[in-house]
Amino acid sequence: MRHSNHGPVLTRMLGDTGSLIFVVVLIALTVAVPLCNVYLPEASALHVTDYTVALIGKYLTYALLAVAIDLIWGYCGILSLGHTAFFGLGGYAMGMYLMRQIGDRGVYGNPVLPDFMVFLDWEHLPWYWHGMDIFPFAMAMVVLVPGLLALVFGGLAFRSRVTGVYFAIITQAMTYALMLAFFRNEMGFGGNNGLTDFKDILGYELSADGTRNALFVASGVGLLLGFLIARFIVTSRLGRVLEAIRDAESRTRFTGYRVAYYKLWIFTVSAMLAGVAGALYVPQVGIINPSEFSPIASIEAVVWVAVGGRGTLYGAALGAGAVNFAKTWLTGAYPEIWPYALGILFVAVTLFLPKGIVGLVSQLRRRMRRKEPS
Amino acid sequence: MKNWTKHTLITRWVAPALLAAGGLGSAHAADGDANADVECPIKVGVLHSLSGTMAISESTLKDTALMLIKQQNEKGGLLGCDLEPVVVDPASDWPLFAEKARQLLAQEKVDVVFGTWTSVSRKSVLPVFEELNGLLFYPVQYEGEESSRNIVYTGAAPNQQAIPAVNYLMNQVGIERWVLLGTDYVYPRTTNKILEQYLKDQGVADSDIMVNYTPFGHSDWQSIVSRVKAFGSMGKPTAVVSTINGDANVPFYKELANQQISAADIPVVAFSVGEQELSGIDTDPLLGHLAAWNYFQSIDTPANERFIENWHDYTGDDDRVTNDPMEATYIGFNLWVKAVKKAGTTDVDTVIDTLPGLKVDNLTGGTAELLPNHHITKPVYIGEITDNGQFSVVWETDEEVPGDAWSDFLPESAKLKADWVDLDCGHYNTETEECSGQMSDMAEDEE
Amino acid sequence: MRTCTPRGTTAAAVLALLAVLALAPCALAQNNGQNEGQNTDSNASEATPATSESPAPANDATVESGRDAQASDEPGDTAEAQAGADGESEPGADTGEDEDSTEYAATIAELADASYPEKRDILNRLVANPNAHTAELLTAFADNRLVVRESDQTIFVAAEERDETYVLRDPITFEAAGKAATRDFEPVRTNVGLRGSIESGQARLRLQADDAETRLAAVETMTEKLDDTAADALRAHRPEESDDAVREAIDRALAINDLNTGDNAAKLAAVERLSGDFNQMVYNRLNNILLLIPEDTEDRDQAQLRAAVAAEVERIDWWRGVYDQLETLFFGLSLGSILVLAGIGLAITFGVMGVINMAHGELIMLGAYTAFVMQQLLPGHVGLALVLAVPAAFVVSGLVGILIERSIVQWLYGRPLETLLATFGVSLFLQQLVRTVFTPLNRSVSAPEWMSGQLHFNDMFALTENRLVIVAFSLAVFAALILVMNRTSLGLKVRAVSQNRDMARAMGIRTQRLDALTFGLGSGIAGIAGVALSQLTNVGPNLGQAYIIDSFMVVVFGGVSNLWGTLVGGLSLGVLTKFLEPHTGTVLAKILMLIFLILFIQQRPRGLFPQKGRAAEGS
Repeated sequence: MRHSNHGPVLTRMLGDTGSLIFVVVLIALTVAVPLCNVYLPEASALHVTDYTVALIGKYLTYALLAVAIDLIWGYCGILSLGHTAFFGLGGYAMGMYLMRQIGDRGVYGNPVLPDFMVFLDWEHLPWYWHGMDIFPFAMAMVVLVPGLLALVFGGLAFRSRVTGVYFAIITQAMTYALMLAFFRNEMGFGGNNGLTDFKDILGYELSADGTRNALFVASGVGLLLGFLIARFIVTSRLGRVLEAIRDAESRTRFTGYRVAYYKLWIFTVSAMLAGVAGALYVPQVGIINPSEFSPIASIEAVVWVAVGGRGTLYGAALGAGAVNFAKTWLTGAYPEIWPYALGILFVAVTLFLPKGIVGLVSQLRRRMRRKEPS
Repeated sequence: MKNWTKHTLITRWVAPALLAAGGLGSAHAADGDANADVECPIKVGVLHSLSGTMAISESTLKDTALMLIKQQNEKGGLLGCDLEPVVVDPASDWPLFAEKARQLLAQEKVDVVFGTWTSVSRKSVLPVFEELNGLLFYPVQYEGEESSRNIVYTGAAPNQQAIPAVNYLMNQVGIERWVLLGTDYVYPRTTNKILEQYLKDQGVADSDIMVNYTPFGHSDWQSIVSRVKAFGSMGKPTAVVSTINGDANVPFYKELANQQISAADIPVVAFSVGEQELSGIDTDPLLGHLAAWNYFQSIDTPANERFIENWHDYTGDDDRVTNDPMEATYIGFNLWVKAVKKAGTTDVDTVIDTLPGLKVDNLTGGTAELLPNHHITKPVYIGEITDNGQFSVVWETDEEVPGDAWSDFLPESAKLKADWVDLDCGHYNTETEECSGQMSDMAEDEE
Repeated sequence: MRTCTPRGTTAAAVLALLAVLALAPCALAQNNGQNEGQNTDSNASEATPATSESPAPANDATVESGRDAQASDEPGDTAEAQAGADGESEPGADTGEDEDSTEYAATIAELADASYPEKRDILNRLVANPNAHTAELLTAFADNRLVVRESDQTIFVAAEERDETYVLRDPITFEAAGKAATRDFEPVRTNVGLRGSIESGQARLRLQADDAETRLAAVETMTEKLDDTAADALRAHRPEESDDAVREAIDRALAINDLNTGDNAAKLAAVERLSGDFNQMVYNRLNNILLLIPEDTEDRDQAQLRAAVAAEVERIDWWRGVYDQLETLFFGLSLGSILVLAGIGLAITFGVMGVINMAHGELIMLGAYTAFVMQQLLPGHVGLALVLAVPAAFVVSGLVGILIERSIVQWLYGRPLETLLATFGVSLFLQQLVRTVFTPLNRSVSAPEWMSGQLHFNDMFALTENRLVIVAFSLAVFAALILVMNRTSLGLKVRAVSQNRDMARAMGIRTQRLDALTFGLGSGIAGIAGVALSQLTNVGPNLGQAYIIDSFMVVVFGGVSNLWGTLVGGLSLGVLTKFLEPHTGTVLAKILMLIFLILFIQQRPRGLFPQKGRAAEGS
């Protein structure tokens, strides 16, 4: 940080207008949506329905995942096609906590075992479920488990200089293996049905309006913090090294940087962010199941980043929101043809908007500036 | 700090963004209001995947639901209103099912939903239906172990499909050795557990039961089929009870044919293979293999004939087959229509209270009665695959079998019972005589 | 008049009796005719097979009643033995025949209201005591052409005509019995087990055939479904048999039977007789003997038998082990060849050109649909359609590939990760396109004759023909591709461009055109893979999704720009998976393979056969 030449940290982090706007909008959204939901009468034009709260809340967690992916892909050139693995693991950690909170309110009334274990005749809670009923412990697992996996996996991969396409493919293998593993009922994670039927979180009922709004705010704050952490990293000296690695890995290595360590570090941070995103996601959608690990889901997440604009962080978040909004809207409005629209969108963005939506915006701005010079 | 307080910027970008966000909310709100005041048209949600892996099975049910709605409208609608279908595509994506369910109930304010296929999609939408007090008709055979106030199960529970099928094989074919093959998810797991217990109760030795699970979409069956063959060649008549799901069936049957295991050697009875699945398979090598369902297209009744004819008219394709979940959708739809007519309203609570005890004709010449546990009575048919991709019935139950939400063959579930009429509980524990662990829900219901 | 209705209802029996009385003159005439035949030709085995005159009508009353008593409580078995023995007895009095035919008719009448086990019982009694039309009756029965008139529970043989009418025949005499509307009748249901019994019943009747080959086939069928009934029939037939091969087959069947039912000496003889026979039934029965005789038996004969059996079982076990390994190896190779086939196209687009083509799976899918369309275009020529589908699929997928290359990929060279995103869009698009055109339902692609069935080596070892064809096919495709790459100018140019694009262009290669052709080649091969897969799996919109990940794994494992790497990689992954599977289960085997792959790439980041090339330079 000594080397950074932009003065105070906050100025440095928000020095870029895009980031600034993003932060302001995000804060406004986080505050306004719950307020509009709770205090405005339903008849009001500005009232936000419960459905919309849940929907935007979900988008926010997707946005955090996208930021995590952009952090490594946009700034360090590491393309992970398995990032939903970390997202899913974070989600499962949260899911396990929520499962344990059900207590004896499950259909079989077993005070310890979740329902799916009861009807599959499990007698004891598997060891890895212990402690998950304690909120702080579960939350620690939300970051530690994805972090640890990233550390081990990345450690092996970066040490032996697996890069580019190869890295992308083995991350895909990783998430695929996890998906298959979680599908197995013997694993004790509920198999294909996953974890569901949650009742409450920290003693608050999940289906209550207050809880939903609180989760929404938590997602907003989570995204904000995740974004700020990522901004902090990329604007620090470390961020410059990362960019150097992205642009010329060998040269950076020859300059004396331990490339593998940098990559490993940023990969682990990114995985933890993804884990947090997953943990915020699960209570809002009410289910976590192994299909979250599917390689296709990972690729989709990467597509969000590309659509929004790679290497800007806020672009990634924007892309996640935009693509998912499009999906929500199209699957309702044009259920028969939406995959065409989405497919064409992906192709068009790659061909015509190599810098994504954000790139388009700055392009337009530049054009506007040229027209009316100020 | 000086360079980030650009007022121009904020007015140019932030404000529109906020407005846009507000607009998103308000647009939805307006939608909601419009429907809250007007009774007509009655909105019927259709929640079936039209893309992704489940589209193969589910898209047909969407068409069925649309056909039934159209017919009802031609008959003059319901309570003087037209029915308006609201179709959404949850794209075989489970969290998206929950989102779409919420959209149907909260935004579109539909009066009833027909939808979902897999257990996980049902589990995914269940909390949404309970929270927003919706009504879902679920048309697929499933593992049981569930009964929700807001769901009506018109597909078979294990005692309406699996157990009669095993009985048939045991008593009518003389099978002594059993292979339970399934895809590794909750329906096969539960069904096989129930069957294992049942077989043991009937005196089948452990060594005469082989259980195997494969992942979804499993396509390489060589080793497993070869093991089944070895298992079946030990001198005792052997049968395979298959709970293999959807996509994995075609390669499975093809491998059976390749290794020349005919139905005469080792018959396979399947619970997830119907006419529609067969339409994607070359049936010649499958002749004589079995399926257990509550409906077959080949069953010759006037009602079924009419239904098939309508279906062909509606789809404009005389080769389209009908199948069991379609009949379940048909029964569910008619139950709902009858309940709404009787109640004189589409109000969910009233309809739910009206439903139990109602009877409608099924397509096979019998009646389906909705029981207090939200399951229905169904006849059970065992059919053999014929060369035209249909089934010929080889055995049937004498009368309709009532659906059992909680299996008697699982120790934990045997003591549970569902009754939404007298007990107002989906999992009443007959030992402790209380509604297991649902104190908070009970309180909620009383509100 | 004495009839035997052990399980039928009284009402049915009465009705049946009435029916029989009505038909009695016919039956009598029939039987008389038969008797004449038999009198002139005493060797029953030389009678014609289909309308085989059986010796059964020629019984005397005392034997008859004895059989009835047994038949009523112990279905088939003993009655059969009697029937065999009766065959050599003298033709009896007419009264016996009369009773016989009445009984026959009554037996048939029982079918109207019988459970499956009862039907089997009835069937055995009919075969034990057949008339001239029993074989025909059984065929009709197996074809579900026996019907019951609902009004009076009478059984007929029916042939369905148009306009929902049946042409009826009498089940006993096979004389025409008029026409009637189908709705007045219920079929006499059969199921698989029963049809099996019918088949062995037919075999028993065919034992009397003229033609030695028919008899041999009959013996083999009976051996497959060997039970006491069959064994007794064989034993009875043995002395009359003239053909050596048939006698041999009968002896073998009887020996197998002896393993279960014979005395010690017979068992020992049977063990020796059957030494080296890999038949599963032999193995099971040998094991059974081992279970029955305790290891430390005092009895010297028993001990001797046990030793002989143990030695034989050990020998068979050894062979079984060998064949099991061979079979697993074959399974692995066949799985591997699928992986190779799916991956080899990708090895060109991804490996040689550096394009991460996520639509590769959909190109495979298009190939599979091409096979479906070809079969629709050429109905009745399943095999020909499939053969023609290979070039057709190459062209279809190849053209789609060229279209993708020209419209999208060509703008993205050198940016492999962006090709991933664009082609992911293409893959969504193509899937939905197929859903729109062909509906989301799976389509059925038939297997030609030469691809269904097994290549039989012996009773223990057989390879499935369609897998063999596919293994051979994938090797052929691979060889063709290698030839193209190494021996043609196209291949030379492709290699040149992949190694140094600028230099190649400087040498006058039109790289743009070449890129399109190369991409088309890779895509076309994906299409060919689709044709092969249509024989193994679902032809549906999700077909591609199921193979895309595996394809990438194989290519990366083999080393991206090396076709040989793909071959070796695919085959070895297949074999490894199949050898793991029995120990770990299917899912775990797959997970272990993925972990193995991850670790392998981490050890050798460039795959099995690293090579220089555009993609190998990193991105």
